[in-house]
Amino acid sequence: MNLLLMITISFLVGAGVYLTLSRDLLRVILGLAILGVAANFVVFYAGNPATDLSAIIAQGEQMLPAGAANPLPQVLVLTAIVIGFALISFALVLMVAIVREPSSEKYQANQVGHASPSSRDIDALALNEPTKTEADNPNKPAILESK
Amino acid sequence: MTALIFALLIPLSFALGSGFVAQKWLRPFNLVGSSLLLVTATVLLFDVVANQSASESVSVAFGGWPSPIAISFLADGFSALMVLSIALVFFSVLVFAKQGLTDEGVLSERIGFILLQGVIASAIAVSLTQDLFNLYVWFELMLIGVLGLFVLNQRRQNKEAAMKYFSLNMLGTLLMLSAIGLIYGTTGHLNYEVLKHFALDENLSPQLEIYTGLLVLALLMKIGAFPLFLWLPATYHALPLPLLALIGGLLTKVTAFVLLRLSGLSLELDSLSSLLGWIAVLTMLSGVIGAAYHWDLRRILAFHIISQVGFLLLGIALLSHQAAVGTMLFLIHNVLVKTNLFLIVGVIWWVTKHYDLRQIGGLYPTNSLLAILFLINAMALVGVPPTSGFWGKFLLLNEAFHQEFYIWAIAALMTGLLTLYSMSKIWLEAFWKPAVSDSVNLNQAIPMHLTLPIIGLTLVVLLIGFYPELLIQFLQGTESGFDRDSITGFEGGAHD
Repeated sequence: MNLLLMITISFLVGAGVYLTLSRDLLRVILGLAILGVAANFVVFYAGNPATDLSAIIAQGEQMLPAGAANPLPQVLVLTAIVIGFALISFALVLMVAIVREPSSEKYQANQVGHASPSSRDIDALALNEPTKTEADNPNKPAILESK
Repeated sequence: MTALIFALLIPLSFALGSGFVAQKWLRPFNLVGSSLLLVTATVLLFDVVANQSASESVSVAFGGWPSPIAISFLADGFSALMVLSIALVFFSVLVFAKQGLTDEGVLSERIGFILLQGVIASAIAVSLTQDLFNLYVWFELMLIGVLGLFVLNQRRQNKEAAMKYFSLNMLGTLLMLSAIGLIYGTTGHLNYEVLKHFALDENLSPQLEIYTGLLVLALLMKIGAFPLFLWLPATYHALPLPLLALIGGLLTKVTAFVLLRLSGLSLELDSLSSLLGWIAVLTMLSGVIGAAYHWDLRRILAFHIISQVGFLLLGIALLSHQAAVGTMLFLIHNVLVKTNLFLIVGVIWWVTKHYDLRQIGGLYPTNSLLAILFLINAMALVGVPPTSGFWGKFLLLNEAFHQEFYIWAIAALMTGLLTLYSMSKIWLEAFWKPAVSDSVNLNQAIPMHLTLPIIGLTLVVLLIGFYPELLIQFLQGTESGFDRDSITGFEGGAHD
């Protein structure tokens, strides 16, 4: 269990850092979201989830037996998830607002030709799409295409 | 104890109330809120002073749980002074912002007041809390509030600044969360005081040292320390001016205050202290050198925030009670002076409609009061004797020489010299140089609501400058946590 958690955390951190280092705004935010999940797992790990001892204080005792599972980190993680969710939602809305601004090419690494009115609506979310694929497939939402 | 709870409740309830009051009552309502907060903070300080002579602390543990388990808030000399300076600065900025917080109209005005009260509440809670996770939550609330304030003006530069601010601060926050999780995993506690005992425990300390380093790194990121400061001057100038004065004056200092508190009360930074000191030196120097390059008043002051943060870090790195007193004095001085300088920049903008020094000139013959106020505050920022800046710097440098960190102290003196350079640049360009163009009428009378808060804050700065003994003695009598003998044994086992 511990090993599994560690592998998960390191994988998430790797993915998060990779995405965060991108020049692409959407990827940066997704990277931060994934890093947030990794941080939540770290806190979760603090509660000793691998143990079989349940979090019950024996009668007459004052505290949990050593090595027992600790339920408090789960509460902490819940708080952190809520806050992280709010922040990421805010950031996504902000990103849409920035991308919709005229002349914001510098956030869109590979996109050229930003002057047409259609690129100012939500399709502009496909930050990495070269404009010509948009012309090839006018009906397909560009965000679903892989590069 | 009541004052302690009210210091938190007042801004929170006025944040809620700002959602409901009629539009025309919005600013008076918030002014009432901030003056109530000011009164409460003063009462809290007197409470602390009264309790200090009886050597008790003003604290409250929520939920009726016993001490190390409950989330507790504690006001001692340091945090009570911090709360008072937050309240004072908030009140001054609200008086100043008669024309509105932004220039975007009614809706954003209402949202702005709600967010502002929320940011103030979080800043106060961050200074008072005694629980690491609680600290994290309030930091996040502060981040959300500030992000909202960034986009009140919906121009492109605001959105971009908000995005930069978000991504870098989010990274810091996530580091902080992981560090707190790991610290909890090792010790089973989040309470500052209990953690101090664990930090001094030989068996646990190597592990805890690493996690402490992680937490310090996260805080350094939020403070704007070298080399993680670039987000600060890149974002702050996008804020509308009254908000810039408040946020530029407060946020980094609140974070520095947290680091000071944690290093004294909760964690062991011994192994980090020399690293922290060198970071402080580099932060100081890069801040002033950046400021020397710029011509935009807001950017000059934003870079100076960084160099002042370097001073605070230097004080923290010295890890002694004397240094903590000096740091705290410098911190309070800095909150007041920095806010005041930003407000003065606001008046300069009001008169000349420019932030660019090359476009401003001829203010001294027409606005000599403004010139004198600027001069006092600029001298305070540099640290010239009869102002508040001198005493904090004096105590810090004295301690640095005493501990034989000569290079750090000399770097700090150099920083003072370079600060003088960019302050005299502002003075020469904005005040002494003849007016650049005839299109702006420099002779307009500056309205009272703009000058009064500046005069008020300047008086406080001068008061601290002329009568520092009272404050220094009060702070020296307060437990900063660096005095090892004062730590008594903790009863209760570790959870592993």
